[in-house]
Amino acid sequence: MTALTVTGLNKSFGGLHVTRGINLSVEPGERRLIIGPNGAGKTTLFNLITGEITPDKGSIHLFGQDITKTPSRARPHMGMARTYQIITLFPRDTIIHNVSLALLGLSPARWNPLIDIKHQGHLVEHARTALERVGLAHIADRPLPQTSYGERRRVEIAMALAQNPKVLLLDEPFAGLSIDERRDVHKCLMAIPRDVTIVMIEHNMDVALEFAERITLLHFGEVIVEGNRAEVVADPRTREVYLGH
Amino acid sequence: MNPRLLALGIAFVALVTVPFWMPGIYYVNVASQILFYAIFALGLNVLVGYAGLVSLGHAGLFGVAAYATGFMLQSGYGHPVSIIVALIVGIASMAVYAVLALRSTGIGFIMITLALGEILWGLAYRWISLTGGDNGISLHTRPEPFGYSLASPGTFYYTTLVVFLLSVAAMAVFVRSPFGAALRGTRDQPRRMNALGYHVWLIRFWACLMSGLLTSVAGILFVYYTQFISPQTLALTSSAEVLLMVISGGAGTLLGPIVGAALVVTVKTVVSGFIERWNFLLGAIFVAIVILMPEGLVPGSTRLWRLAWHQMNQKPKAVPAKGTLGPPP
Repeated sequence: MTALTVTGLNKSFGGLHVTRGINLSVEPGERRLIIGPNGAGKTTLFNLITGEITPDKGSIHLFGQDITKTPSRARPHMGMARTYQIITLFPRDTIIHNVSLALLGLSPARWNPLIDIKHQGHLVEHARTALERVGLAHIADRPLPQTSYGERRRVEIAMALAQNPKVLLLDEPFAGLSIDERRDVHKCLMAIPRDVTIVMIEHNMDVALEFAERITLLHFGEVIVEGNRAEVVADPRTREVYLGH
Repeated sequence: MNPRLLALGIAFVALVTVPFWMPGIYYVNVASQILFYAIFALGLNVLVGYAGLVSLGHAGLFGVAAYATGFMLQSGYGHPVSIIVALIVGIASMAVYAVLALRSTGIGFIMITLALGEILWGLAYRWISLTGGDNGISLHTRPEPFGYSLASPGTFYYTTLVVFLLSVAAMAVFVRSPFGAALRGTRDQPRRMNALGYHVWLIRFWACLMSGLLTSVAGILFVYYTQFISPQTLALTSSAEVLLMVISGGAGTLLGPIVGAALVVTVKTVVSGFIERWNFLLGAIFVAIVILMPEGLVPGSTRLWRLAWHQMNQKPKAVPAKGTLGPPP
């Protein structure tokens, strides 16, 4: 059974066809890289998979279960987590509060108006574990305005990891990072166990190519090339539309 | 001792002893007014401060609960039944508000609540068989729970104080709770909350009901205090007034709405006895708040106090020792 299957996915905004019959099938434990020039429809594909926008046509299956019509808020409960290309965190709170919110999202306790969130030992503990995985446990109590861009990128990843996803969608996790920060993020991504399937959008080819086993090249909302690392890099169409040399 | 706890302790003692140190019955009544308007402001603050949803129709809900109490009493029901019915009617009205207004956020939410508030005002004004129209409804008695008559200003004050303290305690628990955190999350990043598995609409809906409960409680206290309810209470100016209480005191803080209510009620009732143009004064105070502490009185004064404290402690270090480089003259 595949972890994630996308069949004949179509989406247009008015006259703009952003997704044209995309087929995608990701095996459990796979590391899949999605590349493509700006406007190829990569983030739209993520938004369709997570249900933030509904497709005009086509279907999405998560471990064999049809989730095309499942509301996006229910998908994290089925084991899907994502990060955002544009950092989307809770700006007035501490790092650990951000991660705690991610944990609470999957817990029935999120409806509880009577307990103190800071006194939930297991919640705080899990949040710390998630922060340890991205190397931020030492600044867990720091308010977000006092953190760097690179740290915030890692908070994004920690929030997704905290939810213990089966399928993890990473939207440009290396965007805007310095070379040192890239190495840190790379290390924490490599440490994710194989029971998590990862689909990643990334432009930074040196880190991304090292990470991914299979690569899908999108162009104008269509899958142009798909295959393993060597095949896609060697394909003349990849050079033409993406690598540019 | 923690200065915050100390300040709260002093405030608590001051509140409990109000009838003993206030110069007269009139001022005890003003204190009661401050307290039930503070409950009203706390209720609106759930939406404005913690959910990021600004309502301009809350006076309608406040009035509906007051009218329901008045109507039930007029129809011959006892106080307990009237109060329970008023709470149910108030919360149910809020549920209707929420279902209609939560279709949007931001300006859309403001305009829909404004329209709903105006509809309720219109009903109160024109549905004469139910509301008495312009003449309103008068209440002849206040309740006597367990033989404790609320007829005197002092006893009414203490009852209001108990309800007020319960409301504050409930809010204090709520803002620290997971649900409170989730609500603030939907204010700051609704899209992310959805992607984390939260039901953003339902969270907002529950918050609306909570706001409706506090607003109804305040409305019932109000109608028992004045023993009269007329359409004027539901007017847009009343909605704007309570919104100003929340914003001037500090939206999204626990104490802000209480301070805001104290400010507005004091200027409206006490200061208006000395200054004929008290509206002008209130306006000037709001302008000053916006300029000096746009985040509201409570967070603003906390910020200024911290700044002053910080500078006081910094001063000895800032003075350069002899022979070292000081700032240029």
